[in-house]
Amino acid sequence: MNQLQIIWQGLPSLLAGTLVTLNLTFYFLILGFLLGIVLALGQVYGPFPLKIFFIVPFERFFRAVPELVLLFLFFFGSSFFRINISAFMAAVLAMGLRSAAYQSQIFRGAIQSIGEDQMRAARSLGMSTLQSIRYVILPQALRLSIPSWANEYAVVLKDSSLAYAIGVTELLRQGRYIVARTFGNALLVYSACALIYFVLVFAGNQLLKFLEKKYKIPGFEIQERRDQSVLERI
Amino acid sequence: MSFPELAWSILPKLLEGMVVTLELTIIAITMGALLGIPIALGRVYGSKLIYIFCTFFVEIFRGTPLLTQLFILYFGLPSVGVMLSPFTAAVIGMGLNSAAYQAEYFRGAIQSVKEEQLIAAYSLGMKQVQAIRYVVLPQMLRLVIPSWSNELIYLLKYTSMAYMIQAPEIISQGRLISSRNFRTFEVFIVITVIYLVVVLILSKFLDLMESKFRIPGL
Amino acid sequence: MPKTVLKVENLHKSYGNLEVLKGISFQVRQGETTVIIGSSGTGKSTLLTCINQITPPDKGRIWLEDIEITDPKTDLNMVRSSIGMVFQHFNLFTHLNALDNVRLGLTVVKKISPERATEIGIEKLKLVGLEDKLHSYPAELSGGQQQRVSIARALAMSPKLILFDEPTSALDPELIGEVLNVMIELAKSGMTMIVVSHEMGFARAVANDIIFMENGVIVEEGTPEAMFNYCKNPRTREFLHKITELYGGKKE
Repeated sequence: MNQLQIIWQGLPSLLAGTLVTLNLTFYFLILGFLLGIVLALGQVYGPFPLKIFFIVPFERFFRAVPELVLLFLFFFGSSFFRINISAFMAAVLAMGLRSAAYQSQIFRGAIQSIGEDQMRAARSLGMSTLQSIRYVILPQALRLSIPSWANEYAVVLKDSSLAYAIGVTELLRQGRYIVARTFGNALLVYSACALIYFVLVFAGNQLLKFLEKKYKIPGFEIQERRDQSVLERI
Repeated sequence: MSFPELAWSILPKLLEGMVVTLELTIIAITMGALLGIPIALGRVYGSKLIYIFCTFFVEIFRGTPLLTQLFILYFGLPSVGVMLSPFTAAVIGMGLNSAAYQAEYFRGAIQSVKEEQLIAAYSLGMKQVQAIRYVVLPQMLRLVIPSWSNELIYLLKYTSMAYMIQAPEIISQGRLISSRNFRTFEVFIVITVIYLVVVLILSKFLDLMESKFRIPGL
Repeated sequence: MPKTVLKVENLHKSYGNLEVLKGISFQVRQGETTVIIGSSGTGKSTLLTCINQITPPDKGRIWLEDIEITDPKTDLNMVRSSIGMVFQHFNLFTHLNALDNVRLGLTVVKKISPERATEIGIEKLKLVGLEDKLHSYPAELSGGQQQRVSIARALAMSPKLILFDEPTSALDPELIGEVLNVMIELAKSGMTMIVVSHEMGFARAVANDIIFMENGVIVEEGTPEAMFNYCKNPRTREFLHKITELYGGKKE
């Protein structure tokens, strides 16, 4: 069979895999986002014991252990503790918590760069700490975080390919199936997968750039922060 | 067998795997630096053609997962007659991938070397090559140390992907052990602890180097 | 009469539509100090960077002794190594200590042996009074000290001419004196210098020639005595009056 034909006929399964990849990415990011904000706020405003005994070790752990090891820990851990969760779920937990550790750093950096002055101004208007965070600190912090967040999106999307290792039928595994089924050209099929990833990363980055522009506020030096974030593989 | 006994009995094999992991990391980071510096220079000082080529390289390797890159090298290249051993494929894949990231760190650092430094160099009569060699590169190398330390830790973690193409690193060793004793989770607990310890030691070491090579004002 | 070190003829330079230099001509003779004054944005700094071709001029010719710098066949790196340059913001190499800043040009451009370069470096740093700061990095030095290192760096190349681009305007007032003193000593020792500066005390003390520039042309040129006492152009008089008020220019 013609090699291009193989790709063409495999396209539906590749797209199905892409959908799973996007699903994974979405859940990783959402879990990471929600937990990340809580962790960041805890880091900045929380009581000392909470920081030292929970947040810091949590972040250290999830930043030091390789993604693949995390996946195996959650996947085999769930059966060890006789908790019945799917491979998909295990992947979401492992990578979502990992992303939370990274996103928490992003948000913490942003919150701290906003500084005490804004908090003091809000408090002097009679707002409670919670209100100040909700109406003054967070809106600014989230805007500042967009560039680093774009990085995190790309990282998470690419790392979702690791779910392959615990049997989730995402894009790369679909590619593997096509190669096995058709004895097709592995170079071609995996290159097609790479191309799809590339397009997703590119499209996502464009979208976030658009958001960054749309929510730009005069006086916010997001551009400068983007230049700095180039220096980190966050 | 209790967990401590198990851990103790599998430790030698796992550490053997860790040695391979470290080998992979060191070769890949070196390869990445050796390729990354010229690519960064090409993006900053190169002609239009060189710029396009270097940018293309960086975008491709940063825009796709390392795992697909490894798959292409290990499973894909044989269809055009190139057979690589798992270790070689892993080293090449991670080296090229890291080169793309390091090129970006180096580029950022080169661009943060101030223009006035170059003007001073030219005023002394230096050629562009000399100005880059004696002024831009030394400053760039110092500026890049923090991101470079980051990259080393990332690479150490990402070498675990070499397991997916059967390179004999620590996870492969772990899987081999657990295929015999069926205590996979516990084996991975031990692997996790090993990684934690190695990352901790490595970051302390990098902090030390960073403060040692600090220059006031840079 | 001493021989001419630098000759500039009908120099033109534009940035886009903005014509910065509109036909500048002047000469500097060996051992003389020329001070260039004029309000900001009149092309004084551009003139200096045109002389060592860091900014290539659009039109006009420049000679350093009998070499034509503007001739495309001239080796620019050779020319630059024999024209010293001292910058407003010092431009010391951040990653090198004071001694290595002075040595770099010697070893890289002049291919002088490292040992000899060290000797020259120490000698020149002594000359500017910094023999105790050989191993300090720029960030560890005050602005005045940095500017003196930068003068030593220029001197070490044994240049035929040194260009000073507002050497004291980035300094705190209390640090200006130490730099000016070094420059006065240098002028008295017979170095050929072109100085863009509004330090009128310095001009009165050592300048052989003062050039007043405005809007890219030389309005008037003459000895300090002539310029301060009998300048013809009302614009020159007004400007001199203004800067003497600002920077002080009492006779020494």
